[in-house]
Amino acid sequence: MSSRQGIVSRLKQKKIHEVLASGKRMDGRGLEEYRDIVVKTGVMEKAHGSAEVYLGKTRVLVGVSIQVGRPFSDTPDKGVLMCNAEFTPLAHPTFEPGPPRAPAIELARVVDRGLRSAEILDFDKLVLIEGRDVYMVFVDLWVLSYDGNLIDAAALGAVAALRTAKRPVHKVKDGKIELTGKMKALKLRKEPLAVTMAKIGDSLIVDPNADEEEVMDARLTVTLDEDGNICTIQKANWEGFTVEELHKALDLAQEKVAELRAHL
Amino acid sequence: MSKVKKKTKKRTTKKTTKKTTKKRYDGREANELRPIKIESGVLPNADGSAYIEMGRNKVLVGVFGPREMHPKRFSKPDRATLRCRYHMSPFSVSPRRSPAPSRRDTEIGMVMSWALEPAVFLDRYPRSVIDVYAEVLEADGGTRTACINAATVALVDAGIPMRDLVASCAAGKVDGRLILDLGDVEDKEGEADVPVAYMPKLEKVTLLQMDGVLPPEEFKECINLAIEGCKQIYEIQREALKKKYGITDEEEAEE
Repeated sequence: MSSRQGIVSRLKQKKIHEVLASGKRMDGRGLEEYRDIVVKTGVMEKAHGSAEVYLGKTRVLVGVSIQVGRPFSDTPDKGVLMCNAEFTPLAHPTFEPGPPRAPAIELARVVDRGLRSAEILDFDKLVLIEGRDVYMVFVDLWVLSYDGNLIDAAALGAVAALRTAKRPVHKVKDGKIELTGKMKALKLRKEPLAVTMAKIGDSLIVDPNADEEEVMDARLTVTLDEDGNICTIQKANWEGFTVEELHKALDLAQEKVAELRAHL
Repeated sequence: MSKVKKKTKKRTTKKTTKKTTKKRYDGREANELRPIKIESGVLPNADGSAYIEMGRNKVLVGVFGPREMHPKRFSKPDRATLRCRYHMSPFSVSPRRSPAPSRRDTEIGMVMSWALEPAVFLDRYPRSVIDVYAEVLEADGGTRTACINAATVALVDAGIPMRDLVASCAAGKVDGRLILDLGDVEDKEGEADVPVAYMPKLEKVTLLQMDGVLPPEEFKECINLAIEGCKQIYEIQREALKKKYGITDEEEAEE
């Protein structure tokens, strides 16, 4: 993440460029190759849904909590979905305790936009009493280990956790809401997943690790639903893309998202 | 966590894009920008500044620096840091918003930096910071693009060496139709919104985001539509700078 302000040794930077120029990567991967992915669901007992994603040495735990609360004033007839990310200080020596900084906020918002744009949940159905009581779905993205590409890991974890989440069932009686003691699975309308690519020199790589993120000139995240529609896009860092490069990246994302989807 | 206002995009129901000639809510054509007015050198105490009106968006940008970075540990040994702050006044929207910075503000500040950095020779000023402060006085959809347009002009006004100007506008899909430069209503009601920033001389896209859902082909069309809009804005930015420094077209041609 650029704002970690880590000072990369010039040697490392040079080496990464050299290796990429020969069509390989420092960790032996091909340019368009993801690291090993492991997705575990139902890892937390008290959360309404949970998932843990390992993407190489990157590890993100996602917890879903569902409770009844007040809707946003502009959407009184819709349930609420909120993403929040935390870079725990366990994850990397440069991560410090404290309120979320810009990279954590970006992570939460990019994942959030993907879920929201795809309308992952039928928000109309998450209403108990219009304007007063709706289901609020909190998705907490807990970064436990950082080795690059948090967005893809978190987005995958969020969808995996929501897929397995169960919400408490309430009933409305005399204008009051009561718990029934039953639980009901959330129904997902879409399953948007993120594919992040990095531009380093003239190379476009998939799934950048921490070293690659430190030297990357630009980053592009494309979030796709299962129909191939684009649900959100985020471009980052201090270099631009030509239109041809963007087209190449979009096509590559379509190809790679299938691999991620196999882990759901 | 701040409870920022969330908007939910309408579901995309139409698979194909309608080719209609219907005028938009404000009477514009599909590929027409809102009226834009840019003025540079408007703040006496800033090193560079600009004011933009893009439709009903009103944004004031001040540039300070290059100057010493505080806190020092954030400085970069080999180049300057471009630090953008995006902020909305409480009265810029109705109902009033809290003046405290939101998560949205933080993210927009960050993407503004990413949009502008490719154009600035940051390596000329190691260890220093260039602060870009954007105050949205009135918001009418597409504030981030308005901020980038004004910030570019303000950076030039501050005398900071640049590779190119960065021009920015959005394209999107509303009622099944692809349109340029979404206004507030279109932004909220539409199916998708794709803000783009572009350096016309270097032919590079420096900001690219999307909210909503689009099939890939329409997304590509949106990028092209937005780039055409950026090229028009680029000319308006140049005019604003030429006006400030009293450069006539003849003088420019001589250079």
